[in-house]
Amino acid sequence: MDLKDKLVSSFLAFENNVDVHNPVHDVRTEAIKNFETKGFPSRKEEAWKYTSLNSLQKIDFSIFPKKESSLEYKDVKKYFIHQIDTYKIVFIDGVFSSNLSETTHDGVDICLMSSALTKPMYKAVIDVYFNKVASKDESLTTLNTAFSREGAYIYIPKNKVPKKPIEIIHFSTGNDVALMLQPRNLIIAEENSEMQIIERHQSLTSNAVLTNCVTEIFAAKNAIVDYYKVQNDVDSASLVDNTYVDQKDGSHVKVHTFSFGGKLLRNNLNFYQNGERIDSTMKGITIIGDKQHVDHHTLVHHIEPNCESHQDYKGIYADSSTGVFNGKIIVDKIAQKTNAFQKNNNILISDKATINTKPQLEIFADDVKCSHGCTIGQLDEEALFYLQSRGIPKKEARALLMYAFANNVLESVSIPELKVRINKLIANKLGVNLGFDL
Amino acid sequence: MLKIKDLHANVEGKEILRGINLEVNAGEVHAIMGPNGSGKSTLASVIAGNETYEVTAGDIFLNGENIEDLSPEERAHNGVFLSFQYPVEIPGVSVTNFMKTAINESRKAKGLEDMPAKDMLKLIRDKSELLEIDRKFLSRSLNEGFSGGEKKRNEIFQMAMLEPKLAILDETDSGLDIDALRIVANGVNKLKSKDNAVVVITHYQRLLEYIVPDFVHVLYNGKIVKSGTKELAMELEEKGYDWIKQEAAV
Repeated sequence: MDLKDKLVSSFLAFENNVDVHNPVHDVRTEAIKNFETKGFPSRKEEAWKYTSLNSLQKIDFSIFPKKESSLEYKDVKKYFIHQIDTYKIVFIDGVFSSNLSETTHDGVDICLMSSALTKPMYKAVIDVYFNKVASKDESLTTLNTAFSREGAYIYIPKNKVPKKPIEIIHFSTGNDVALMLQPRNLIIAEENSEMQIIERHQSLTSNAVLTNCVTEIFAAKNAIVDYYKVQNDVDSASLVDNTYVDQKDGSHVKVHTFSFGGKLLRNNLNFYQNGERIDSTMKGITIIGDKQHVDHHTLVHHIEPNCESHQDYKGIYADSSTGVFNGKIIVDKIAQKTNAFQKNNNILISDKATINTKPQLEIFADDVKCSHGCTIGQLDEEALFYLQSRGIPKKEARALLMYAFANNVLESVSIPELKVRINKLIANKLGVNLGFDL
Repeated sequence: MLKIKDLHANVEGKEILRGINLEVNAGEVHAIMGPNGSGKSTLASVIAGNETYEVTAGDIFLNGENIEDLSPEERAHNGVFLSFQYPVEIPGVSVTNFMKTAINESRKAKGLEDMPAKDMLKLIRDKSELLEIDRKFLSRSLNEGFSGGEKKRNEIFQMAMLEPKLAILDETDSGLDIDALRIVANGVNKLKSKDNAVVVITHYQRLLEYIVPDFVHVLYNGKIVKSGTKELAMELEEKGYDWIKQEAAV
């Protein structure tokens, strides 16, 4: 049976474990119908031209974990930003792990999607927000919606700021089978609230893992959401991330994506600016090698006047790795005085590496500032010679230049400990120990 | 210290150096002058090991050892330093961290441990004072947003830190105002000793009023066409390069 059929038939088994009378279940039922019609996206579709899911569909993924696994904190400590105190929402094979987590209901809700979807006290919020910004049409998103049951639920009320950053971590142990995970996160920032989130998917097994994640973010008036995606998974793990952001007046949502590892990574970032004076920031550093594949698809829809969007993606591709950047900006006719900036700079350090980069601007307003630029190049030989002439060996010199190339993306990281961590990951990825923290 | 014999070098198939002979001994200062495009910067790059240039004939000896097969970093570890005409910007890496890396890589190549942090700080402090460099400057990203003068001063600061045996200053005077020129020249003079040598590459005689050469060579069309003492530099300042070109043509 192919993966699509398996998923569709598994939906019946899934229904045995959820409340089918909950209104959310109608949403799921609609969603599975859509997925059944559409199936997995193929390379015939423009948005999937350079990313193929074919080989993943041939793997016999288990749709539900066979049994519950547990992990000791000491064994997975290194995946947390352990230098700082954080709230933690941790899942093992898609199941919430209470002993690794630190949730709260103290003035804010930093807890579980499964509670939010089932407990009456959250019903009003779920009715307003659940599946409201996520696509009802894109097949992988609807697949996730159909199986939506667990994930992170974060609700920050008006004028509140959580005491510390929030880490959302999904571990997979595999349990001797290939596993498919479909986490569903809902993040709501009410007026003037603020939060920082770090999200990570980490496989602890050499068995295949496929994660199809959907995150909905709602930023009300003047809210600030600072979101970091750390993607440094093992070579048997693949991730399709679908993030949908709904922004209101004066809000600022920033998403940084650090893609350093995994077999296949597809990031679909969708921003909808439903208000004025909105700022949307998307930044990314991609450093991959071997046969890894990273695809960034971004969308910013400027719906109202006087808003800004900033995109800055840097990529370094080694070996036979492949990269994709597709940045779509839509400026509606009414959205005058829009400032939309997009940059995608790439370095190919191997003859076999490839990058396909494409800006896609659809501008219907006439008084806007939009700029885009993409570059593909190699390391500057003269700069390399400069560093070597100071006694720095070629390998370290190359690493310093690559770091310098990607560096400005890190400037906007607002959690210092995370910045240190990312610097270490970069040094590690570049295979150097420079004797100082970058 | 440095002995160059019949050196020929190409870039992209075009011959730039056409038989250079030069000998520089410890304790000496040599100036290499010449019109634009005569091969001055190429000579500096080839000595420092820039792989963009292909050495087609001839030899370069450093302290008796042929350095043909040494990488740029190995030449640096053996005491060669090149002050660049256009230093490269490295965002995100501070001057201090850059120097720490450079010094410790050189030490590693010599089988030494990293320099203790305390000693490193003292060295940085002493050498930055020598070049009248503000402490704040050292925490800025290397060359990023530096003025022309700051870049050159930073080059000589690096030279002071690395204490090379053979320093080649490629157009270090270009882009410097008179005060910066004095500071840079003063730094170089203080670093001069009987054990090291300096090769100054310049277009104008101006820098040579501050860093007084023992020998002056004129490079034209990839060859040294005339050598003399510091008086030659003054003659060039007065008469320009045309008479050299004419003499070379004869």
